[in-house]
Amino acid sequence: MACELWGGKLDAYLDGELPAAEERTLREHLQGCPGCAAESLQRLQTKRAIAAAGQRFVPDAAFRARMQARLSPAKPARRSFRWFPALAAVAALVVVGVLFVGQNRDRAREQNLLGELADLHVATLASANPVDVISTDRHTVKPWFAGKIPFTFNLPELNGTPFVLVGGRISYLNQSPGAELIFRVRQHQISVFIFQDRAVGSPAVTTNSGTALSFTVRSWSKNGLSYFVLGDASGDDLDKLSSLLKASS
Amino acid sequence: MPIGSFTLVCVSSNHELSMSFEELALPLFDRLYSFAHWLTQNREEAEDLVQETFAKALKGFSSFQQGTNFRAWMYRILRNTFLTSRTGLKLAAMEPLDLEGNEDMLSAAGGTPETILLDRLDQQLLWQTLEQLPVQHREILLLCEVEEMSYQDIASTLAVPIGTVMSRLSRARKALRETARRLQKN
Repeated sequence: MACELWGGKLDAYLDGELPAAEERTLREHLQGCPGCAAESLQRLQTKRAIAAAGQRFVPDAAFRARMQARLSPAKPARRSFRWFPALAAVAALVVVGVLFVGQNRDRAREQNLLGELADLHVATLASANPVDVISTDRHTVKPWFAGKIPFTFNLPELNGTPFVLVGGRISYLNQSPGAELIFRVRQHQISVFIFQDRAVGSPAVTTNSGTALSFTVRSWSKNGLSYFVLGDASGDDLDKLSSLLKASS
Repeated sequence: MPIGSFTLVCVSSNHELSMSFEELALPLFDRLYSFAHWLTQNREEAEDLVQETFAKALKGFSSFQQGTNFRAWMYRILRNTFLTSRTGLKLAAMEPLDLEGNEDMLSAAGGTPETILLDRLDQQLLWQTLEQLPVQHREILLLCEVEEMSYQDIASTLAVPIGTVMSRLSRARKALRETARRLQKN
């Protein structure tokens, strides 16, 4: 059972809502108080169980398609010529056919790419040695990659943010070496993959889908490098980390 | 240059304003739907709720204020729409009025004799537990644990002060433990 002094603050601590100084003191307290430690663990397990339960319901494909169509309605056709509707219909069929084939191909490529990155992320989490260079210091992690990958990159300053750099490792995509950086935010691990654009292939052009095997993904390309931020953290967290990385690159 | 489909959703409201409604809202679609389904506990009603939420949000997008949180704004619209729906009104009429009692928040939050090991619960029992909670407790637990919203964002979504968020969350957690224990006994 949690002790009287801290019992009432455990929830705020686990929710990441305690002021920094108090959080530090409570963290130290947990190391010496088995009651509070056990209670924290139990509450954390409950939080995780609810988080998993909360994703129980998914919209069905027909509803999703209906909503997407509503949000991006087709532009009305112009009727300046009598024969225009027939021509437009034929042209639309051709365009739709070409787009359909193209989009399917691009979507399949994207899904393969995302699936592969999700596999790499899961393999990292499951590994007994998830990182080859263990350091929270960006000035240690970045130089470690020198000579191991054919490019360089910058890492953001994380002081004052909820993110912690855990370390990095070499990763491979389409036989090309790249960097995988592991960050932590609260209880979540986030992988940031950096590869040369040519390892990823030409940019895809399909509709938005920010998930891969239930992981949230953000990606962009800058200066010939492709960045992928992937993890089970919230979209907001991934956006914040993406912004920090973009600002530093 | 964004790579294809994985559109980067910018964090700052300046960026949010420069993005289209579709770009901002579609990434929230799945989670809003799941939240709606938990509130209504019915697929068709959840679809109607999400559809109405998107329609209202699209209509009011021009009035979406810079400096405010788009996600909290969308959840607020969904929740308000739910509260005025037939199911929402019916639930409000059925639920006890003393959910916001004057009980000491710390005693609700602290370790209590009725604390049970929720980690032993199977998923089915947890679903059942959540379904049985008053909607006011269910929604705040989902916003905190599933959406991982900060207390500030929850306050903004529910249009209540932060103190109310903390006390309501405490009561919701206590109610969850008690309901789970009761169901486990049965």
